[in-house]
Amino acid sequence: MIWNKEKECMPREELDKLQLSRLKETVFRAYSFVPAYRSKMDAAGVKPQDINNLADLKYLPFLTKQDFRDNYPFGLLAVPMRDVVRIQSSSGTTGKPTVAGYTRDDIETWAELMARALTGAGASADSIIQITWGYGLFTGGLGGHYGAEKIGAAVLPASGGNTRRQIMLMHDYGTTLLGCTPSYALVMYEEFMESGLDRSQFRFKTGLFGAEPWSENMRKEIESKWEIDAYDVYGMTELIGPGVASECAGKNGLHLAEDHFLAEIIDPDSGEVLPYGSHGELVITSLTKQALPLVRYRTRDLTRINREPCECGRTHARIQKILGRSDDMLIIRGVNVFPSMVESILLQIPGIEPQYQLVVNRVSNLDRLEVQVEVSEGVFSDEVRKLEELEARITRDLDSGLGISVRVRLVEPRSIERSEGKAKRIIDNRKL
Amino acid sequence: MAKQISVFLENKAGRLSHVTRVLGDAQVNIRALSIADTSDFGILRLIVNDPEKAYRILKEQGFTVSQTEVVAVQVPDSPGSLATVLEQMAEENLNIEYLYAFLGTKDDDALIIFKVEDIQRAKAAFEKQGIRFLEEKKLYEL
Repeated sequence: MIWNKEKECMPREELDKLQLSRLKETVFRAYSFVPAYRSKMDAAGVKPQDINNLADLKYLPFLTKQDFRDNYPFGLLAVPMRDVVRIQSSSGTTGKPTVAGYTRDDIETWAELMARALTGAGASADSIIQITWGYGLFTGGLGGHYGAEKIGAAVLPASGGNTRRQIMLMHDYGTTLLGCTPSYALVMYEEFMESGLDRSQFRFKTGLFGAEPWSENMRKEIESKWEIDAYDVYGMTELIGPGVASECAGKNGLHLAEDHFLAEIIDPDSGEVLPYGSHGELVITSLTKQALPLVRYRTRDLTRINREPCECGRTHARIQKILGRSDDMLIIRGVNVFPSMVESILLQIPGIEPQYQLVVNRVSNLDRLEVQVEVSEGVFSDEVRKLEELEARITRDLDSGLGISVRVRLVEPRSIERSEGKAKRIIDNRKL
Repeated sequence: MAKQISVFLENKAGRLSHVTRVLGDAQVNIRALSIADTSDFGILRLIVNDPEKAYRILKEQGFTVSQTEVVAVQVPDSPGSLATVLEQMAEENLNIEYLYAFLGTKDDDALIIFKVEDIQRAKAAFEKQGIRFLEEKKLYEL
């Protein structure tokens, strides 16, 4: 199903025209109202009037997370505070929080994007949608909430935590669609199994999952356990929140809302724009955002763009499911390791839950990767031998799958730190 | 036959005290315990007065816990009696996964908890060899 056929299925030439006029406007507003943009563009010797077609984008300087830090908290806003109606921010686990402001129109845009994502996942006014992304400064909860209300669904604003109550709500109130992080969907499944409730008494059919990268194997795991369809939704606080891109029934890439965002793929090291089809870092320029216009924001997320027509009828390009962030990528003894690779391998071992953490240490100039895996009831044994066999099996599979030798350590459940339902996957103790 | 509670523990300070405190607060009494450990983790094995409750409470507290069927064998607390039982078990070709012992509280007996491969076969063998094993209820009441 398609929420906004006119926009989501707009013919390519029209879309290009729309993008260009909106791009010019965005660049003009950023240059005129945000001193940080003006000085960056002046330093690069480029003026708003130099942007005459979409390819001219490459002359503009990048915006990075560092710019958010340098202009903390409100320096990147292009409107006066009296026009701002909402402030959201990231958790700030890696330094100062990233702050985003929204005008009333921005909030409306965001709701529209999430309405598209939910409709693409099969939701309608008949749906009962349980939102277990956290409500608050984190964009998940309120983003999902506004989108769900926009399509006329009944929203259960459950927010995060209290898994037992979540299962009770799903069962008693007949939740048809769940919005949460993929790892939490599995935590909920464990709780459901323990509850002894009958699956046939649930109306749960669909999950919309986002806020952390997850692999295809994780999708398979969630879909087969819960017997649902699982869809991916993409976004981040800086961009607007979730809804920037989302999957259709084809589950083969996420349609990027091209009437609101412009995407490029660059080489994360050189910053050079890569040819169509290449795998690299996603760079996003916002086209309609008022409070926080973004010009060439480096997302750090790695993907590729696919402009092939999609059988669902949407004309918007798709980005491939994001499997890693350039700053999530660990280089260990010259080998690239992404958490999603570890996840994929773990999921192929029967009984193992994809709750894991990567810890990197440098011991006498040698990088050592330790993979901590939580021991769930499914694999626990009262015999040391069996647990040691399990440890050896995981080690063997990771060694051959990743191409480096790892040390596996079994840890207690829930001992891996989670922030706003997002699992913290990497601890890098190397002093580089 | 008896139910043993097995708990997965990381080798970290305070984990064992946490388990025992949780059980203590729930008025669960520990009858016997043993720990099998490696450099990374340990497996705590417990005989308690109320295994169902212990299992539930520990699970609620987020521990990885399971219930394991074991046999409690009663032997005289005198030199050579463990050897005798083990010889009898060897004669019956019973494989022992692990065992731990504790003193009984009456009759000058010692109790040995066995985890065996095939518990039904073990039971039959014990009967045949005249080895005394404690019924579940009696063990918890010790």
